[in-house]
Amino acid sequence: MSKTYYDPADLRKFGNITEWSEELGNKFFDYYGKVFEDGALTAREKSLIALAVAHTEQCPYCIDAYSKDGLQRGVTKEEMMEAIHVGAAIKSGATLVHGVQMMNKVNKLDG
Amino acid sequence: MTKLKTQSLHKKGSDLAQSNRQLEILSNGIFQNGDLPKFKDKISETNQFPLKAKQLEILQINVGYMCNQVCEHCHVDAGPDRKEIMTRDTMLQCLEVIKNSGAHTLDLTGGAPEMNPDFRWFVEEAAKVGIKDFIVRSNLTIIRANKKYYDLPEFFKKHNVHVVSSMPHWTRGKTDKQRGDGVFDKSIKALQELNAVGYGIPDSDLRLDLVYNPSGAFLPGDQMSMEKDFKKALMEDFGIQFHNLFAITNLPIARFLDYLIASENYEDYMYQLVDAYNPAAVANVMCTNTLSVSWDGYLYDCDFNQMLELPVNSKAKHISDFNEELLEGRNIVISQHCYGCTAGAGSSCQGVVA
Repeated sequence: MSKTYYDPADLRKFGNITEWSEELGNKFFDYYGKVFEDGALTAREKSLIALAVAHTEQCPYCIDAYSKDGLQRGVTKEEMMEAIHVGAAIKSGATLVHGVQMMNKVNKLDG
Repeated sequence: MTKLKTQSLHKKGSDLAQSNRQLEILSNGIFQNGDLPKFKDKISETNQFPLKAKQLEILQINVGYMCNQVCEHCHVDAGPDRKEIMTRDTMLQCLEVIKNSGAHTLDLTGGAPEMNPDFRWFVEEAAKVGIKDFIVRSNLTIIRANKKYYDLPEFFKKHNVHVVSSMPHWTRGKTDKQRGDGVFDKSIKALQELNAVGYGIPDSDLRLDLVYNPSGAFLPGDQMSMEKDFKKALMEDFGIQFHNLFAITNLPIARFLDYLIASENYEDYMYQLVDAYNPAAVANVMCTNTLSVSWDGYLYDCDFNQMLELPVNSKAKHISDFNEELLEGRNIVISQHCYGCTAGAGSSCQGVVA
């Protein structure tokens, strides 16, 4: 029994998910591969978006994968950190904007 | 002032300065216990073993391991303390081969080849042979290292030398991390001077290509995308132009192997290389059309095998015994470092191969 829920070595086994559902697994990986190709956005820009989302999703596999992917694309540390701040800003903004709902409720009940 | 990044493994008296120790590491552990397949077994899966040398196209001559830099990941373990330098006698033997072989490309490397005292004489003599593509691999900073090298751009131009230069990144931080403090600024100045005499300008016959290799334990990204990013950044920030970018994978030998082990990245890196194995790259791997000559005239399948002291599998072992017919068709000597040339789009001294 592994001592932690996450094992870095499991990332290499991601492709194995097709073994228990081949058609859906393959469709997913085809889609995934297509999403990250150069398009209206460059693959480099997409990699930075993925890195930011990896953090907001707090996915350790994705953080490892897109930190390395960024390095491979020549992305600098400063660019990576700025991307993460964008994710963090949206995440905290999403929390705080609900403060309006709280204010509405309080005003209605106790205004 | 350029601050040296580190010392050579030889200077430090490291175990890893010994090629047999490196080969031992590359054959043990994950390759011995079967976690990863040995290179021989991997290429056997697609009936590509043994790898055979084809017709000789590129003669790569290493004129010495002395260098003004001590880059973190140097596969040569080059540095100012390395005294292995090609003599004029060996150069004369090389010139005979250049004249008589069918190779269309001559590729001078080092160390910093310009530091060999007979470098200019050799270039002048080799240029007279009229070889189609005459490459000198210059680390750029040598051009600014000392007054005696300031005229190198003019010298290269005079002999129509194709300049291939290392440039790990378009930012100062990443470049200096790998190659030493001050390297970026000197490299930029040297590139501007090469541009000033006509190198790297679109449509110019004076070829200037850059070599990118990753600054850490990861593989290079797509060569074309990297080239686009390098061109944009170097033009916008410094007005620098160049022709092509070669993305080269770091092979797990010498100082890069030392770095991988010290940073506990060795196993992950080998997994990356094996996961990215591409049989299509095997067909065009550079050892099949290249011959590497060491400073003392011995023959190797590539510069990496030279550093691992794995000589060619042929009766012709020295430049003085050179025999094109004997060498063609020889079995290439392989080990697990070869995965570095077959990962992804492949890697060679001329960049991707697949």
